[in-house]
Amino acid sequence: MIEVRQLNKYFGDLHVLKDVDLKVAQGEVVCLIGASGSGKSTLLRCINFLERAQSGEIYIQGRLVNPGKDDLDKIRQEVGMVFQLFNLFPHKNVLENVIEAPVMVKKIPVKQATEEALALLEKVGLSDKAESYPSQLSGGQKQRVAIARALAMRPKIMLFDEPTSALDPELVGEVLAVMKQLAREGMTMIVVTHEMAFAREVANWVVYMDEGRIVEVSKPAQIFDAPREARTREFLRRVLQTNNQQSATA
Amino acid sequence: MGIFEWSATFYGLLVASAPIFIQATILTLKLTAAALGIGILIGLVFAMMKISTNRLFSCIADAYITVIRGTPLIVQIFWIYYGLAPVLDVPAFWAASLGLAIHNGAYIAEIFRGGIQSISRGQMEAARSLGMSYLLAMRRIILPQAFKRSIPPLGNQFIIGLKDSSLAAFVTMPELFMTAMRRAAHQPGYALEYYTIAGAYYLALVVIFSFLVRKLERRLDVDK
Repeated sequence: MIEVRQLNKYFGDLHVLKDVDLKVAQGEVVCLIGASGSGKSTLLRCINFLERAQSGEIYIQGRLVNPGKDDLDKIRQEVGMVFQLFNLFPHKNVLENVIEAPVMVKKIPVKQATEEALALLEKVGLSDKAESYPSQLSGGQKQRVAIARALAMRPKIMLFDEPTSALDPELVGEVLAVMKQLAREGMTMIVVTHEMAFAREVANWVVYMDEGRIVEVSKPAQIFDAPREARTREFLRRVLQTNNQQSATA
Repeated sequence: MGIFEWSATFYGLLVASAPIFIQATILTLKLTAAALGIGILIGLVFAMMKISTNRLFSCIADAYITVIRGTPLIVQIFWIYYGLAPVLDVPAFWAASLGLAIHNGAYIAEIFRGGIQSISRGQMEAARSLGMSYLLAMRRIILPQAFKRSIPPLGNQFIIGLKDSSLAAFVTMPELFMTAMRRAAHQPGYALEYYTIAGAYYLALVVIFSFLVRKLERRLDVDK
């Protein structure tokens, strides 16, 4: 479905992705974990070419993408993305946010796009908010609209870039629930996340990144219970400790 | 002459000259509308060029903005009127409008650029991630938001443009200022009165225009 080979990305002198290899099969959910600055988000943004890697190959649905020559707009139609800060269009209401790309890019008639959008809004539990503007929604609702907006293009793959990191703790669950449902329906997903419980429950593979390198790729049970790499163990010990402290205070 | 008598004279002149000044006002408004209409188009094109990643485009936009902001408007109007108009057979009205448009366009380009750059990068990224092209994302997502944010400084620029249209008098346009000059020459001793009348017309136009802009701002909820 998606394959990344020997990807290298620099921001100026900073080497942010180092010889990254990653393979995601159809219907799999892969969670990327690691400290901030480890390159998780950059990897995700390289996969839909919001960032251009300096070297390496990216295959989408078996085809090597040549970012200089291929129509990236076409490729991005197949690769949905959900952002940490939602990035809804504030001058458009919820329904208009969802139908914008299907109508303007795929030239789907407004009536048909609206029907599909309403079905998607129902799926994410926001049928009653179709006429609302983003400024009238909570963070969790915004993110669910953003997911519906990405799904409206009928992508083959969904990329999630820390989709719950900007949410108040009590709103995280509603977004994760939508993502779990998507995973159950067989959507191929790559999720950058700090939600370890989500990764353990939903992921087929968990990828631990550190300083621009993939350190470990394991099944969730293995990585959380018996990580192979010392660095993974150290990272998870710190993260899970903080999580426990938080739940203890809460 | 006391203030009372002067007021009576002034009032008499104001009423007597109303027909000709109203005609001049219409010309002033036509000049301003043409100048700002074209100026907005110029501003939009050069703002897009300036933020372009294409070095050639951004350099051209830079050069344009630097030259136009760095030279006096009256020089620009004369360039077009005496330099270009005879060669290309441009009527005085369009020479003046074009001079004003090119001048205002440089300032409007900077207003639009600021508006576009004030929109968070995430908006463009979200639009592109949905498969929209750069230009489609600009047109549908970025520019509507940027334009709304540009309205307050744009209103300010329009007021400047309206008053700057008085310089069209120097390329034979019988607009408000030219009319005042002609009347003053025609009736020596009443220069103060006629220039005051011209000023009053400009002031009235600016007040009405400011009111309309404020209404538009409130309608569009510019703060949001």
